[in-house]
Amino acid sequence: MVNVDDYVARIEGTCGKDKDVIVTFKYEKKDEAMKKILGKAMVKKSIAGIVFELVFRAFSFRLYGSGKAIFRDLKDRDELNVLLSDLLS
Amino acid sequence: MLDPYRIREDFPILKRKVNNCPLIYFDNASTSQKPKQVIDAIRDFYENHNANVHRAVYTLSQEASELYESAHDEVANFINAKGMEEIIFVRGTTEAVNLVAYSWGLRNLKKDDEVVVSLMEHHSNIVPWEIISKITGFQIKYIEVNADGTLNYESLESLISKKTKMVCLSHVSNVTGIVNDVKRAAKVAHEFGALMLVDGAQSVPHLPVDVRELDADFVAFSGHKMLGPTGIGVLYGKREILDKMEPFHGGGEMIREVSFNQKTRHCSIVWNVLPWKFEAGTPNVAGGIGLAQAVKYLKRIGMENVKAHEEMLTKYALPRMQECCKKLEIYGTTDTSIKCGIIPFGVDGLSSHDVALFLDNYGIMVRSGFHCAQPLHEMFKINSSARASFYIYNTREEVDRFAEVLKEIEQL
Repeated sequence: MVNVDDYVARIEGTCGKDKDVIVTFKYEKKDEAMKKILGKAMVKKSIAGIVFELVFRAFSFRLYGSGKAIFRDLKDRDELNVLLSDLLS
Repeated sequence: MLDPYRIREDFPILKRKVNNCPLIYFDNASTSQKPKQVIDAIRDFYENHNANVHRAVYTLSQEASELYESAHDEVANFINAKGMEEIIFVRGTTEAVNLVAYSWGLRNLKKDDEVVVSLMEHHSNIVPWEIISKITGFQIKYIEVNADGTLNYESLESLISKKTKMVCLSHVSNVTGIVNDVKRAAKVAHEFGALMLVDGAQSVPHLPVDVRELDADFVAFSGHKMLGPTGIGVLYGKREILDKMEPFHGGGEMIREVSFNQKTRHCSIVWNVLPWKFEAGTPNVAGGIGLAQAVKYLKRIGMENVKAHEEMLTKYALPRMQECCKKLEIYGTTDTSIKCGIIPFGVDGLSSHDVALFLDNYGIMVRSGFHCAQPLHEMFKINSSARASFYIYNTREEVDRFAEVLKEIEQL
């Protein structure tokens, strides 16, 4: 079982109705995290190798080369943790 | 016109790269970057003059007091206040509005009174009034905003009545950059005996602001949006009104005398003179000194030049943004004669946070979300917006790069 905190520097929920959740990976771990995520999720679209539109299970999300990912339509933080844990394991 | 290339040399942060790209900082409505003159002034204070102000007779304290007081003078002169007595240093615009809401509002607003606030306000000019209204029971009346984001002056004039005790209006919208005619609003407010509070957070850093010409009773603004440090801001208030107001916070600095009466078993207190009556506790001395340096910097450039530069960039940016990305929508009016250098926009099918993260990949910093102005977004029927906002160090080349990157966002 992977420890999500080893990879994640910051999780920020946006205010308002969008309810986007932005995950910032630790700078020194971002390449490793991205490699793992790209290995697990299905790439729907990629732009210039820096933005990836991904699908993992029933969830669509975007991963950015800057080491950030944006998730939406998540029930709660627990669901995000499970998702991240599976993506990063 | 100002020379942004020369100005950029004063801003160390603009030399850095973000995500391997040169930094393009377009989030100036949120906070500005700091020139080395401001950074040096703060460092000089801590290295050479640091001591508490108004507390001691020794040399360092006298020097610190002098620097801190002259910072008030500098700000007073910048906005044409009558003197430093009318300049209260606070943490920022939010605290300035809260000061008025609590010190003036709690004591002067009764059940049948009304406060008129616009729907385009930043939350900091809505929430304090909503909080106080729950305590004293007065009504808040909201001024309508037109579909293009401009203020509905008919609504403003119809809402102000003999019941109105305070009118609260931003000089410049932090979402659309639209400049409101606060002088007109103040005139109507005064005709009905109401006071006028202006949120100057987005105007004082970007336009020439003369508080006497506006005839506003209060003007609130933040230092960090005008090249100064965070944690320092200003409440301007007309002296005759501030004189009658009770303090906001109690403690040291804001009193002249606290004497214990043996008979009543209470302390009798005499307030300090203005502006110290409203600056309880050890103030943010370094912040005040940094703000004064920021004001000097802006004065050297000239506020007319600041305004003209931002207008030029906005005029340059608007058509480029629209041309480069067909899915892009600009919110609010694009008439640059009535707006400052703020451009709110959205890209069809993307959340504002996606847009901001995409731009961030290329070193371009824009704000996304509500910008603390949810009612205005609801009025525009949008969940959030991305916002590009310019300042003195931004260039046309940066706008070109911004437009180029926006072109690529269409692929998302």
